Amino acid sequence: MKPILTLAVSAIALALGTGAAMADCGIEAGSVRILSNDFEALRTINATAEECASGAVTVTANATAEHKNIQVPALTINPAEYSVAVVANNSIVPLLNDDLIRPLDDLVAKYGQNLQPSQLVKIDGKIMAVAFMGNGQHMFYRKDILEKAGVQPPTSYDDVLAAAAAIKAAGLMEHPLAASVKPGWDLAAEFVNSYLGTGAEFFASGSAELTIDNDNGREVLRVMRDMIAYMDPDYLTFDANEIQKEYEAGNVAIMNEWGSLGGAILDSEGAVDGVVENTVLAAAPTIGGGSIPAAALWWDGFTIAKNISDEDAAASFQAMVHGISPEMMMAHKDQATWLIAGFEPGPAAVGVIANANGGARAYPMQPYMGLLHTALSTELAEYVAGSEDAEQALADVKAAYDTAAREAGFLQ
Amino acid sequence: MPHKTFFAFILPSLIAMVLFIALPIVSVVVQSLYVSHEQVMVEVENCQPFGGCSKELRVDTEATAALREEQPLGRFNGLATYVNRAHLATDELGAILASDRDLGTKMAQILNLPFYKALIFTLVYCFVVTPLAMALGFAIALAVNALPKVTKGPIIFFSLLPMIITPLIGSLILYWMLSPNGILGATIQHIFNDPTLSLRASPALTWGALLTYGVWTNAPFSFVVFYAGLQTVPGDTLESAMIDGASRWERIRYVIIPHLAPLATFVALVQLMDNFRVFEPIVGFSAEANATSLSWLIYNDLSGDSQQFGSAGATSVLTILGVVILLSPVLIRTWREFKHKAV
Repeated sequence: MKPILTLAVSAIALALGTGAAMADCGIEAGSVRILSNDFEALRTINATAEECASGAVTVTANATAEHKNIQVPALTINPAEYSVAVVANNSIVPLLNDDLIRPLDDLVAKYGQNLQPSQLVKIDGKIMAVAFMGNGQHMFYRKDILEKAGVQPPTSYDDVLAAAAAIKAAGLMEHPLAASVKPGWDLAAEFVNSYLGTGAEFFASGSAELTIDNDNGREVLRVMRDMIAYMDPDYLTFDANEIQKEYEAGNVAIMNEWGSLGGAILDSEGAVDGVVENTVLAAAPTIGGGSIPAAALWWDGFTIAKNISDEDAAASFQAMVHGISPEMMMAHKDQATWLIAGFEPGPAAVGVIANANGGARAYPMQPYMGLLHTALSTELAEYVAGSEDAEQALADVKAAYDTAAREAGFLQ
Repeated sequence: MPHKTFFAFILPSLIAMVLFIALPIVSVVVQSLYVSHEQVMVEVENCQPFGGCSKELRVDTEATAALREEQPLGRFNGLATYVNRAHLATDELGAILASDRDLGTKMAQILNLPFYKALIFTLVYCFVVTPLAMALGFAIALAVNALPKVTKGPIIFFSLLPMIITPLIGSLILYWMLSPNGILGATIQHIFNDPTLSLRASPALTWGALLTYGVWTNAPFSFVVFYAGLQTVPGDTLESAMIDGASRWERIRYVIIPHLAPLATFVALVQLMDNFRVFEPIVGFSAEANATSLSWLIYNDLSGDSQQFGSAGATSVLTILGVVILLSPVLIRTWREFKHKAV
């Protein structure tokens, strides 16, 4: 009897919910077309923005992992296919390079009373994006395993390696470490994280000249290889989703994982006994005697297309402001590390906040950073596979980046 | 058939071929000769939620738009894209060959260049998978041909499955089966009594898995064509061979194989072309660390955080040239045979 009752109650709730979904966003007319990446927090925002639909306002959303490949052509045409592009530090760059998004200063002044100053992404003094959540990779560890091995929670990569050695020596786990080092975007992101932690710059000041071929670069690669000795032999095929599964299966004691997956790891689904209650989220480890967490900080935010009518732009801005309203945030506190007014970090947001408080640096927004990311993603593959030394790997990255940057017109 | 009728007959497909094959190829060739404009950069102040404000370079969009207006295709780069490090790498290749290191080191250095790393796997895949898949397909065709009629239908359907399954899905299925938790991976570990053995960990084993997948997925095409060919083998010749006391093997060797030889040329042609474009299994097997192909290089240029159209265009043209070179011996032979028959 009870499940039927629950079903009936939820059906009624659903019916009431649909009725209440017609929110008044103050939009008179217009068309709102959202393009975004595909994860839970963004889907929630899209769904909230869709509540603004009325007789005169249409709201559609396309949440897809392919958004980076779609956004430039879709916003280049006039009128643009999408009026809103949800972006992050890296994916806003192609839109800026091609001048496809509009300054939001007047819209923020008119409709953005609820936004916080820290949410506004300003380029050359103009507001180009409104950020609503932070993200980043940080440390997840199992306190029960560390206690059994008799080691303190690690704060630097040297500590992590020492802890891994102790766990292995105690026979607790064969492969205590995990990181998303699958050749491709993930591997490059690992390098960028650690290199940021050394405090060094990727490029010579005021130019696109690459400067990672130094002691900091070699230290990052050394740590990577030392870590690999404690990873599952299949590490070359592990991306962020795969290490989440390994961790939830209880095979891993310490890993670097995305903060946005924290909620999914801490929930009661998918993990073997003992994992969830012993999981601690902490800042990313420091590297090479540095003092800041070795991880990039990311923000996700929305931008408004340039090639659309002012009416659609105003409607889109209002719908997105409704989508990222404090009410939405209060109802979905655990889905992300929100940058929205009134957010109090829950258990899943602790790691990203610890990174930010520790002074971690933002993922670079230089126009040529994407070329470096692509060069790292392919040229470090042989190094992590163990068939190449660090000198050669750094030389390869530089050669590949220089070739691409010359073709793209950033280097002479 | 009069020339005019013939022309009218093939005109629709000719138009389609020009529109959908010839013109895109021309466009790719043109694209490969150009690279992006020089980017006009300005230093501006940027502020973002983390890290506060800093002075950074930005692309000056107005100045770049003016450049783009002037030259919509970009900067003319001639063949420079073809010979840069991401493609034929002539400078690097020259330096490696001129150095006085031993042959093994030279080889390793050449295979460290992205184009040659991809090319070597592509060629190995072509020349291992094509003959093995043809042999397997032929063997299946012979076996099915010898079956009683009632069982033929279901078995033909079953044999065609690898071809029906989307390549990416097929490779993912095999990849999961080969993982240490999968049925094949666990069995292999059990047989060799080595719990750390993983097909995904070593380059050699990854290549082995990719090649095995290639044979599995390509065999059905050979099977279908050879099975159709077997139906045309003249019964009289086979019977007289039997009367002469030829064994089953001798009948296959001296009657069936010579009869199917022209078909084999056709199958080899199509399969070589197909296998030169190997792509899906590399993505499906997450094998990027150990094996890349020319098609994968194109994909890599066009996806990710930055898109390099000139570079992708150059790799595409090189792929087309590769297919032409690969097929030329077979094409020349077919042409000679054709002329021989015509005379």
